[in-house]
Amino acid sequence: MTDVLIIGCGITGAATAMELSHYKLSVTVLERENDVALGATRANSAIVHAGYDPRPGTLMAKLNVRGNALTRELCEKLDVPYRRCGSLVLAFSEKEVETLRELLDRGTQNGVPDLEIISGDEARAMEPNLSDAVVAALRAPTAGICSPWELCLAMAETAVKNGAELHLDTAVTGLERAGDRWLVHTGRGDYEARYVINAAGVDSALVHDMAAPHGFDIRPSRGEYYILDKSEGKRVDTVIFQCPSERGKGVLVGPTVHGNLIVGPNAEPSDPHDVSTTAQGLDFVKETARLSVPSIDFSQSIRNFAGVRANSGRDDFVIGFAAPGFLDLAAICSPGLTSAAAIGEYAAGLLKNDGLALEEDPAFRLERHRIRFKELSPRDRAALVAREPAYGRVICRCETVTEGEILACFRSPIPPRSVDGVKRRVNAGMGRCQGGFCGPRVVEILSRQLGVAMDEIDQDRSGSRVLIGETKGVREDV
Amino acid sequence: MYDLIVVGGGPAGLAAALAAWDNGLRSILVVERDRELGGILNQCIHNGFGLTYFKEELTGPEYAHRFVELLRGTGIEIRTDTMVLDVTPDLMVHMTGPASGYRVEAARSVILAMGCRERARGAIGTPGSRPAGVLTAGAAQRYVNVEGYMPGKRVVILGSGDIGLIMARRMSLEGAKVLACVEVMPYSGGLTRNIVQCLEDFGIPLYLSHTVTDIRGRDRVEQVVVSRVDQNRRPIPGTEMVFDCDTLLLSVGLIPENELTKNAGIELDPRTKGAVVYENMETSLPGVFTCGNVTHVHDLVDFVTQESQRAGAAAAEYVRSGEPAGESVSLRNGDAVSYTVPQRVRPGSIDKSVNVFFRVNRICGRSEIVVTAGDRRLAAFKRDRLAPGEMEHITLPGKLLQGITGEITVSVKEALE
Repeated sequence: MTDVLIIGCGITGAATAMELSHYKLSVTVLERENDVALGATRANSAIVHAGYDPRPGTLMAKLNVRGNALTRELCEKLDVPYRRCGSLVLAFSEKEVETLRELLDRGTQNGVPDLEIISGDEARAMEPNLSDAVVAALRAPTAGICSPWELCLAMAETAVKNGAELHLDTAVTGLERAGDRWLVHTGRGDYEARYVINAAGVDSALVHDMAAPHGFDIRPSRGEYYILDKSEGKRVDTVIFQCPSERGKGVLVGPTVHGNLIVGPNAEPSDPHDVSTTAQGLDFVKETARLSVPSIDFSQSIRNFAGVRANSGRDDFVIGFAAPGFLDLAAICSPGLTSAAAIGEYAAGLLKNDGLALEEDPAFRLERHRIRFKELSPRDRAALVAREPAYGRVICRCETVTEGEILACFRSPIPPRSVDGVKRRVNAGMGRCQGGFCGPRVVEILSRQLGVAMDEIDQDRSGSRVLIGETKGVREDV
Repeated sequence: MYDLIVVGGGPAGLAAALAAWDNGLRSILVVERDRELGGILNQCIHNGFGLTYFKEELTGPEYAHRFVELLRGTGIEIRTDTMVLDVTPDLMVHMTGPASGYRVEAARSVILAMGCRERARGAIGTPGSRPAGVLTAGAAQRYVNVEGYMPGKRVVILGSGDIGLIMARRMSLEGAKVLACVEVMPYSGGLTRNIVQCLEDFGIPLYLSHTVTDIRGRDRVEQVVVSRVDQNRRPIPGTEMVFDCDTLLLSVGLIPENELTKNAGIELDPRTKGAVVYENMETSLPGVFTCGNVTHVHDLVDFVTQESQRAGAAAAEYVRSGEPAGESVSLRNGDAVSYTVPQRVRPGSIDKSVNVFFRVNRICGRSEIVVTAGDRRLAAFKRDRLAPGEMEHITLPGKLLQGITGEITVSVKEALE
């Protein structure tokens, strides 16, 4: 029996688990995949939005602005890459300048600080690669960028370090009310909980329907992206948006905290789990982005990806009790990453109002630190390698990630179980060769650390084997 | 302070270090990031190496071993399992290794021989899902030949670069079924001998002017879709073929690994993606030389060896006598020529002759390679056929270049049949 059981360990589930781990509560998190952050959290624009988009008065508006401030603080405390780089929304016509004024007005009502509309020339003075066709821009200095999966991981690790239990590869199959508690059925046995929190992302409507009458639909919307090499990473210094439409915030061009350039997304209705890219989608992203920044060199692309947003067709998140002891944190579409920390805080308040005693746990610790060899000075590098020689061996050449850093993540509260799990923790394989060189070495390290054969190592989620067996072992009937 | 630090202990770095030793340098350090010397040759267990240089047919590891053995007889210092992270403009070389620690070594000269990397899926923008089973041919080669594991058993290969062709044969010999090799260009990017020995001999179809337009599968590759492309390399709707497979190998080009070069402020050539070099393989930074696949991508290691020997000898000469004197002349790419190496020559410091390597940007039948300076025709060389997948070279006598200023143009004139 656990006090609170959270379904899903994306950014929302992780933030809520971390928030609840401040208190003397038993918290259990169930995640269907073999790692945290495997849904929308790992595939989005990585923007910490300022908060001028949501309609004033919505919970989304409130949580976005509160989340913007909280995320900055958290990233600092938890050693998560973050940069307050600011953003510009571009206007290409007088009509779009009207939209900027509306956004400015909304932002002001939402409590976004320091918004201003600047001229096209002022915008180009800030960002020399902007198109000559830009006539004005809305500047939001509080917008930022972060590493979404590392933030999720850091919050989940903090929860685990402070007593929460995380069960990976555990998919919820049904919910049953039993007296004053919930019985949670999974592929790996049943759990009992006083409260159940639905943080199931694109599947949050399905989980809702297990516990309560149908309340909302998820209309998954897929967005496709380009990641460009660091040689293009300085093409812009702030996040460049175009004017938003009903379909979303549009195609952006922005720096990433890892030094690359991100370009995307489009927005197309999709299957909730289909993260394929399409030739048409990528062409659209490329052409649309060039309207903002004509000089982007797409020959420097190192990766395409797609993510699925948990849109609901409403202009707010779906947050609230849907049944006794069953709390939805659902339909967390954009700005979900920005809002997550505030959603966790808000959820704790809702539980408290419902009668859950929140007693501060004095043992709670909010701290995390990881060694990034690449960022150390030569002197610190020398000292580190002398102390721990594994930090002297570079495994990922492109991102300069050492064996010491990879080994350290196996000693962390949520060790990696796959090649991509290592990538999300230490950036190995994220660079321009995309794991061409370090992939086999990471497979070998995983095999050693997990104590299984190399052909049992997954690329990503459970079952995504990198290798199918030993040589000389392929049967004749292929 | 070393006379010479060689960055990379593959075929280029080894040949360069040996040549520098043979030319009198006695304080030489070779830094290699892997645990063994030999570079990518160690995973190239097929034969065909050394036909030009040793006049015999060796495997990759055997070819590397010849140089490792020669090195043993010298006083050249080797540091393996050590990676160079930075070369500064004043030739301070930062390196790190678990045994040797983080060190900064000073050098009088540096040879950059880091090799190249493979282009990956993101560089070509292949749409579809992102399952396991999509990997570069070189990564697959390492799994099969070094680690002893199979990345899959029903394979489609995108690109007809040499590593992809070699892996088509290798995977077939290991019992896998290679269903197709797909090339977006109307001609192969690999050596003719590899098309014959690795595809034709195994009955593997080569689809020219085709590309992969979709990858399907959630956890592992389940299908890839191949479409014909038009002259602009755009897929033609209605031409799709679906292959049921578990693996897509990519052999879509090699990119010289010049991050160190770039950070040192050395001038790069956007066409070779390597440093701009003079006739002696010296870069725009005096005392820094470059050779092998980091300079331009070669097809045959034999030529890497020869080029690297010139770099090694030149580094020794530089340490002894300093920078060569004399004005330089640029080599311009004329018709059908996509690049030349060297890009610049100093006629005054050419001893006997200069080797010019180049590639053509299209298939040419019977042709004449013409070298001109302004209106003057300096030399011409006949060829029966030239192809982008096969590097060409010509030798220009030094005498011919004396007194020339400005530019020299190398072009290919195809004979009208």
